[in-house]
Amino acid sequence: MTTSSTPNPPANPPANPPASPPESLPPAGRAATKDRPHGGIGDRLRLWWDAQSRPAQWGMGVPFWLLLAVVPILNIPVLTTVGTNFGGVMAQFGMIALIAIGLNVVVGQAGLLDLGYVGFYAVGAYTVAILTSPDSPWNQTTPDGWLANEWGWLAALPVAIAITSLSGLILGSPTLRLRGDYLAIVTLGFGEIVRLLADNLDELTGGGQGLRGVDYPRAGVTEDLPNGVFSAGNASGTLNSGVWWYWVSLLFIVISLLLVGNLERSRVGRAWVAIREDEDAAEIMGVPTFKFKLWAFVIGASIGGVSGALYAGQVQFVIPTNFNVINSVLFLCAVVLGGQGNKLGVILGAFIIVYLPNFFLGRTEIFGIPINGNEIASYRYLFFGLALMVLMVFRPQGLIPVRQKLLTYGRELYVAARRIQKRAETPAPATTDGGDR
Amino acid sequence: MSGVLVDSILAADIIDFNLAALGRNFWALTVEGLTYGSIYALVAVGYTLVYGVLRLINFAHSEVFMLGMFGQYATLWALGFYPSGNAYDKGIMLTILYLGIAMIGGMAVSGATAVGLERVAYRPLRRRGAPSLVFLITAIGASFVLQEFVHFVLPRLTGGTLGGVNAQQPIRLVEPKVQFEIFGAPVTNVTLVIIGAALVLAFVTDRFINATKFGRGIRAVAQDPVTATLMGVSRERVIMLTFLIGGILAGAAALLYTLRVPNGIIYSGGFILGIKAFSAAVLGGIGNLRGALLGGLLLGVMENYGQVVFGTEWRDVVAFVLLIVVLMFRPTGILGESLGRARA
Repeated sequence: MTTSSTPNPPANPPANPPASPPESLPPAGRAATKDRPHGGIGDRLRLWWDAQSRPAQWGMGVPFWLLLAVVPILNIPVLTTVGTNFGGVMAQFGMIALIAIGLNVVVGQAGLLDLGYVGFYAVGAYTVAILTSPDSPWNQTTPDGWLANEWGWLAALPVAIAITSLSGLILGSPTLRLRGDYLAIVTLGFGEIVRLLADNLDELTGGGQGLRGVDYPRAGVTEDLPNGVFSAGNASGTLNSGVWWYWVSLLFIVISLLLVGNLERSRVGRAWVAIREDEDAAEIMGVPTFKFKLWAFVIGASIGGVSGALYAGQVQFVIPTNFNVINSVLFLCAVVLGGQGNKLGVILGAFIIVYLPNFFLGRTEIFGIPINGNEIASYRYLFFGLALMVLMVFRPQGLIPVRQKLLTYGRELYVAARRIQKRAETPAPATTDGGDR
Repeated sequence: MSGVLVDSILAADIIDFNLAALGRNFWALTVEGLTYGSIYALVAVGYTLVYGVLRLINFAHSEVFMLGMFGQYATLWALGFYPSGNAYDKGIMLTILYLGIAMIGGMAVSGATAVGLERVAYRPLRRRGAPSLVFLITAIGASFVLQEFVHFVLPRLTGGTLGGVNAQQPIRLVEPKVQFEIFGAPVTNVTLVIIGAALVLAFVTDRFINATKFGRGIRAVAQDPVTATLMGVSRERVIMLTFLIGGILAGAAALLYTLRVPNGIIYSGGFILGIKAFSAAVLGGIGNLRGALLGGLLLGVMENYGQVVFGTEWRDVVAFVLLIVVLMFRPTGILGESLGRARA
């Protein structure tokens, strides 16, 4: 599926006869040849990062995340949104970033095109809502239920993770035998089915009315805030509920980054890359492809479930229209925009997707130039679509691309090979760039 | 999707299995299902042809269909028809003539959109040899752009006549009237027009692909682009032709759809129908022309049965579940992929 940055890409990937030597074909376009030798910023960044020692990595990583965490309370002039609560925007960004990390496992790592990821998000949100909303028949926060309001959300979270993982398993086990585009449409159908179930099972999910009063953590209770800092009542001020939810999201982002990063560097991650690059070859080399595809699906789903649970807690209200298929598409855009396969890139992609429309909302001038921000914000999908199209033409590998073929140990080998090759090439600079694959 | 949900579905009678109603109205439901099915089939052809030639899900095809609806609406407007509560009564011959002109208007807009989309969005990517996910994302971007164009820009260009947030007021040329009955199932004139037109178009398309020089070119490129190019087939022209045929059929389907659902002309109106049509194409075996036609009809009929058995609100669920079940047992669709070669 995702054979991005293929050297000398043929006009039609599956149809290129392997017999013809790639060097003999003329380069398809300037961008293709120009981008090929280098992986771009993402690669250079990763090489530099990998060259640092462990303590140095921690020494730079921790301040970086702390800096990211204080962004919403610093009130930076242009960055802070005008029309909406910046904390809320950042909380939304945190949740979408989490989703992008989860979806990146499925799409970027394992190369499985999932157009129904919103389904997992919805399952996570609805699990928490069904367990803790007073509107739900299975509300467990009543006196005779087994959850208390104080820790109901926290207790529902593992349940949500478990149930989304299970739903990943349920969706994955019959459908992961399908390839590429068939998988895409089946997952799309799954996303719609989840939304329609939420819409139609009135007695359980409240149907189109949704479920109100979803539980949230009751931390930091003061006299001003009888329901704690996470409640929707904490709407104003620097430390509003959005900021708190953003911090919780960041915590989960870091946890899932560590988890996913470790998986990537393990046997599982290598299996994913192998499946993504060539499933048949991977199968022949003894990779149990089905098992690892299912793993990718389940892990991706559970991360989506966490995000859904966060969402349900933050807005305290779930309604089926928030889980449209169009959201799946937006999630996928976040992954592709940032550079699929690159964990930090997809976080940037999520930020752009969430932040840009909100940036224009309510803004009347930018750097002294008067603009009608609300109108621009209402045109957001138009610009968004145009941006996607332009980006795909000029930078199809995303904003922060990585060289996908080389991960884990292969990278070191690649660097060494490059060095040797460069040394060999220096006396004869006239050689074509075709040799550095 | 959780075990809990499944329990509640089985325990409570949220879904009632109304098989008696299905038995009672079987033929009426079949006729109605075939009506929708033939519209799905026409749109599905656009997906399947493009997929067959380019291995690309043209996600923006639903917007091509949507613009076709606006195209035929604008044509009717230009012919001097205005939205009103009552249907115009122009006599059979004139009505068919006007519908034909409107259909050509819809086809022109859809065809032009599809070809323009290919030129503007997909060709630059092909030149660069982009991977298929990039095509998909571009298609999604194009889909956003076309929808928002109708949503915001079109009303400005036309002074609020076309486009905008709300659905267009319907222009009715034909009042649905029962013409005759088959096995006790009433057949209206609208049904007759839709199924008849779809049959004719499907037949013509099938002949075009399977029996003409252009069709042979399309099949050749679908089978092996490199060899086809060596044999003197212009790949670019074939691709353009493919998009054009898909667009034209979507435009025709747009007119037929508005006959059946007069209130459906809205900027977001293509999305669900597009997904259904794509499902139909996959159901029949994507890349396979006859598969798309069969899949469309089958999907229309099955979801119509399903919505009576389970309730109207489960109609889309039935369609998607049918798709998943069929793909589990026949992973390349009912008829398989035959326009190109079968993939590994």
